[in-house]
Amino acid sequence: MQGGGEPTINALGQFKLTTAGGFIGSTVNFTQSNLLMVIGAGLVLLLLYVGSRKRAVVPGRLQALAELAYEFPFRMAVDQIGPEGKRFFPFVFTLFFFVLMGNLLGLFPFSFTYTSHIAVTAALALLVIVIVTIVALAEHGWRFFTYFFPSGAPVWLAPLIVPIEIISYLSRPVSLSIRLFANMVAGHVMFAVFAAFVVMMGSWHGVGMVAALGPLAVNVVLMGFELLVAALQAYVFAILTCIYLHDAVHLH
Amino acid sequence: MDVAAATKLGAGIAVIALAGVGIGIGNIFSALVTSIARNPSARDQVFGLGILGFALTEAVALFALLIAFLILFT
Repeated sequence: MQGGGEPTINALGQFKLTTAGGFIGSTVNFTQSNLLMVIGAGLVLLLLYVGSRKRAVVPGRLQALAELAYEFPFRMAVDQIGPEGKRFFPFVFTLFFFVLMGNLLGLFPFSFTYTSHIAVTAALALLVIVIVTIVALAEHGWRFFTYFFPSGAPVWLAPLIVPIEIISYLSRPVSLSIRLFANMVAGHVMFAVFAAFVVMMGSWHGVGMVAALGPLAVNVVLMGFELLVAALQAYVFAILTCIYLHDAVHLH
Repeated sequence: MDVAAATKLGAGIAVIALAGVGIGIGNIFSALVTSIARNPSARDQVFGLGILGFALTEAVALFALLIAFLILFT
């Protein structure tokens, strides 16, 4: 909320980038977004390092978590792509945890969600689609282009099917990036809007103070929902990458 | 009609899309419940698919919601 005149809700201000890390940070444009990326990557590395240090036969809590963190993307890659999935497991693992950490770290107060910037998600989606195309070309050579014309379809339908298939192939990075970005932005804007309602109602005093508990409760529920969405969107991003890789390896 | 009123109306119209998403998500979960009720042992596999479908459908809702937010707050 800004003072003076009609109260307005400043919902998009939370996505503004500022430099972090003092003088050096502002010189090389090291933003708080980059800082959180580093923290997220560090946390994952720390979990895997500390969790796999003991290597007990009966895992403790931390080791069990580390094993779960390893096995979940591994199952996902192998189940979706097939036995060849082992080759792509590091890629899927990295993507999954990068997105998951971005979504989860953004839920802390005074934090920043780096996946709420289309620049970040679009870069990830383009990386996925470029790698998928390279894998498909390396695996099948020129036969890759039969992907755009499903076998068994009548030849005279080719002028219709081929453009549709090409458009659907090219729209993958668009939908992949916008889905994640829109989810994060919408969730955090919702937080900001309901938080502003709390302030607005609280400024009425008396009955307003009681009424303000309503939006506050909504925000608490939203936080639970956003935790679900954070994990879900990371899962969706990773599983769609797996599905695209499956298409690249097996061609339909 | 002044611009401020038109903006608010536009944001309201933009979220009509949520009706379709509501139907879609309802369909997904009704199918999920039916399939688990028929074959409880398939729960683990079907549940993941259902959640995937939910997330993909929910994304459509968020596209509409994002447009509404952009109209309201920029």
